[in-house]
Amino acid sequence: MSEIRNFTMNFGPQHPAAHGVLRLILELDGEVVVRADPHVGLLHRATEKLVESKPYNQSIGYMDRLDYVSMMCNEHAYVRAIEQLMGIEAPERAQYIRTMFDEITRILNHLMWLGSNALDLGAMSVFLYAFRERENLMDCYEAVSGARMHATYYRPGGVYRDLPDQMPKVAESRWRKGKDLERMNRWRDGSLLDFLDHFTADFYSKVDDYETLLTDNRIWKQRTVGIGAVSADRALQMGFTGPMLRGSGVAWDLRKKQPYAAYDKVDFDIPVGTNGDCYDRYLVRVEEMRQSAGIIRQCIDWLRANSGPVMIRNFKVSPPTREEMKDDMEALIHHFKLFTEGYCVPEGETYAAVEAPKGEFGCYMISDGANKPFRVHLRAPGFAHLSAMNEMAKGHMLADIAALIATQDIVFGEIDR
Amino acid sequence: MNSFSSLNQTFVEHLDGLFGHKIDSYDEHRGQLTITIAPEHWLEVAHQLREEPSLSFEQLTDLAGVDYLGFGDDEWETAEATGSGFSRGVDALGPGRFSWAERPESEVIDNRFAVVVQLLSLKHNRRLRLRCFAPNDELPVIPSLIDVWNGVNWYEREVFDLYGIIFEGHPDLRRILTDYGFIGHPFRKDFPLIGNVTVRYDEQKGRVVYEPVEIEPRVLVPRVIRHDSRYVDEKLDGKHSKDGRAEA
Repeated sequence: MSEIRNFTMNFGPQHPAAHGVLRLILELDGEVVVRADPHVGLLHRATEKLVESKPYNQSIGYMDRLDYVSMMCNEHAYVRAIEQLMGIEAPERAQYIRTMFDEITRILNHLMWLGSNALDLGAMSVFLYAFRERENLMDCYEAVSGARMHATYYRPGGVYRDLPDQMPKVAESRWRKGKDLERMNRWRDGSLLDFLDHFTADFYSKVDDYETLLTDNRIWKQRTVGIGAVSADRALQMGFTGPMLRGSGVAWDLRKKQPYAAYDKVDFDIPVGTNGDCYDRYLVRVEEMRQSAGIIRQCIDWLRANSGPVMIRNFKVSPPTREEMKDDMEALIHHFKLFTEGYCVPEGETYAAVEAPKGEFGCYMISDGANKPFRVHLRAPGFAHLSAMNEMAKGHMLADIAALIATQDIVFGEIDR
Repeated sequence: MNSFSSLNQTFVEHLDGLFGHKIDSYDEHRGQLTITIAPEHWLEVAHQLREEPSLSFEQLTDLAGVDYLGFGDDEWETAEATGSGFSRGVDALGPGRFSWAERPESEVIDNRFAVVVQLLSLKHNRRLRLRCFAPNDELPVIPSLIDVWNGVNWYEREVFDLYGIIFEGHPDLRRILTDYGFIGHPFRKDFPLIGNVTVRYDEQKGRVVYEPVEIEPRVLVPRVIRHDSRYVDEKLDGKHSKDGRAEA
C-alpha cells in the first residue's frame, strides 16, 4: 500500500477571497484543513516608522490608509492619543461630529464586509445593494473633507471644519440624467444633516432587505452556522475584540465601557451572539448597523439644536482662521510655525483606544517632547484575529476558509501596517 | 513612591502588597498606570496578573517593542543662532535622515530595548501597562508570554522581526511583516528609513531582482524639542479647561 501524505496548498496572495494580499499555506488531509499558516506583511509600509520622521499632524493621513474601509475611526485613535498627551479636549460639537462620523464609518465598514462576505460565499446581489448605500455615505465623507475615503478630517483639538450647510448635488452627465438623476438628488436639497436624516430613516428598511436575502437563506446558513465557532474563553485568550468577541457572547464594547467622544450621551444597545460562529457574528454586525443608524439620528438632533466651535481656539495647536492670519501679525506667526515646524507634545506616553468597526483600534504613543512622535504603535484588531486563523480553521473544510477570512473582516492595510 | 491620582492610589497599594519588590517602579501619566518589571519576574508577575481574581487581566490587548536610542535628541541649533533662519535645522542623524553607511553609532546606552504590554481587565474595566527592559543590548532576550496569553504569538513575532528582541520560549519565532530573507531589524533607530534594498522586475532576467537602494534620505522638518509651558503645564496634569488652556 502506498503511503498517504498530507497535501500542502498555497492560497493567495492573488485570490479573490483573500481580501487583499493574504498568503495562506494550508496543510490538507483530503479536503480537511489540518494546519493553516497565514503569511502576512505583503502590504507592510512601515507606517509606524514613517510617523517617527514627521510632525504629528502630517501623519493623520497615514491613519486613513491603515484600515482603509474604516478611515475616520483610525484617525480618531491617533488624534485622541495626541490630545491625551497634550491635555486638550475637543469642543462638544466636535465630539458629536466625531461620534456621528465614527458611526457612518461603522456602517461603511459593515456594508463592505456584508457585501464581500456574501460574495465570497456565493451571493452576488447583496454586494451590489451594499455598494449602493456605501456610495451615499462616501458622499458625506466628501462633503466634509473633500475626499471620498482618505479624509484626514479629525485633527488634534477637534475636526477640520464644520459640517456644510449645503449637501452637494450630483451633476447631470451622459450617464446620470432624467429619473436617475432625480432619484440620486432627492435627499440633497438641504444640508448634510438633512441628507443623513433622510438616509438613516430609509436605512432600516435597507438592512431589512439584506436580512431578507440572507438571514433565513438555506445556503447562507449552511455556509455559516457552526463554522469557526470560538468560545468566549478562547476569544479573550486570543485577543479578540469587537464583533468577533461579542459574537462569542462577551458584552464588551469600548463605546459603553470606556466611553469617549459623545458616546456617553447617546442611547444604543450592544448586540451579543451566543454560539460564536460565523452566523452569530453576521447577526451581530447586521444589528450594529441598525444601532449605528440610531446613534447617527441622535447626533443629528443634537447638532441641529446646538452650534459652536468645532476646533479648540488655541493657536499653539490649531491654526488661526485665514481672516485672522491676514489681519494679525501674531496669527501669521502661529500659522507659519504650525505648518512648518508643528507643535511639540510634552514628554510622556499614552494608549488611546477606540471601538473601530473591526474591534479595538489602539494607538500607543511615546513622546520625548519633540514635534515628532518618538514611537507610535498601532494596535490593529485584525492582526489578533488573523493570528487565530490556524485555531479557527483546524478541522474545517477547504471551502470554509473563505467563510473564515470573510467573518474575520480582514483588511490588510491595518494588519500589515 | 510617587504620588498617584485617587483612582490609582489604592490599586498601586494593592499591587505593591501582592508583588512587593518584583515590580521595579510605578509611573502614572495622564491617569494611565505603567509598571516596570525585570525580566526575571516577567512571567511570574504576568501569570499572577491574569489569575489573581482581584486583578483578573483576561486580555492582552497589545505588545509593542521600543528602541530608546536617541530619546530626547533634537536637531535644532539655538546656541549659535544666526540670521539665516531655517539653516538652524542642523545635519543631525535624526530619524529618517541617514543611509545605512552613515547610520549613527549606537553608543552603549542602558536599557535600550523595551517591550511594552497593554493589559485589559474586562471584569474590573481597568487597563494596565507593563514594561520590561531587555538587559543586554547586543542580544536582547525577554521571556515569552505565550503561555499566559496565547494571543501574544504574532505580537512577539512582530517585535522580533522589527526590533530583534528574542522571546525565550516562543514556539515559532519567525519574521512576520518583512520580506522573505530580509536582513536587519528595520524599526531600530539606527536602521535607515529608506531601507537598504529596492525590488524591481528585471525584463532581461525575467525575474524580480534586489538592488542597493538609490534614493537619498530626505526629511523636511527638523526634530525640535521645546518646553513650552504656556499651553501645557505638567504640574496641572489633567486639569485643563475645555478650550485647552491650562487653568491658572
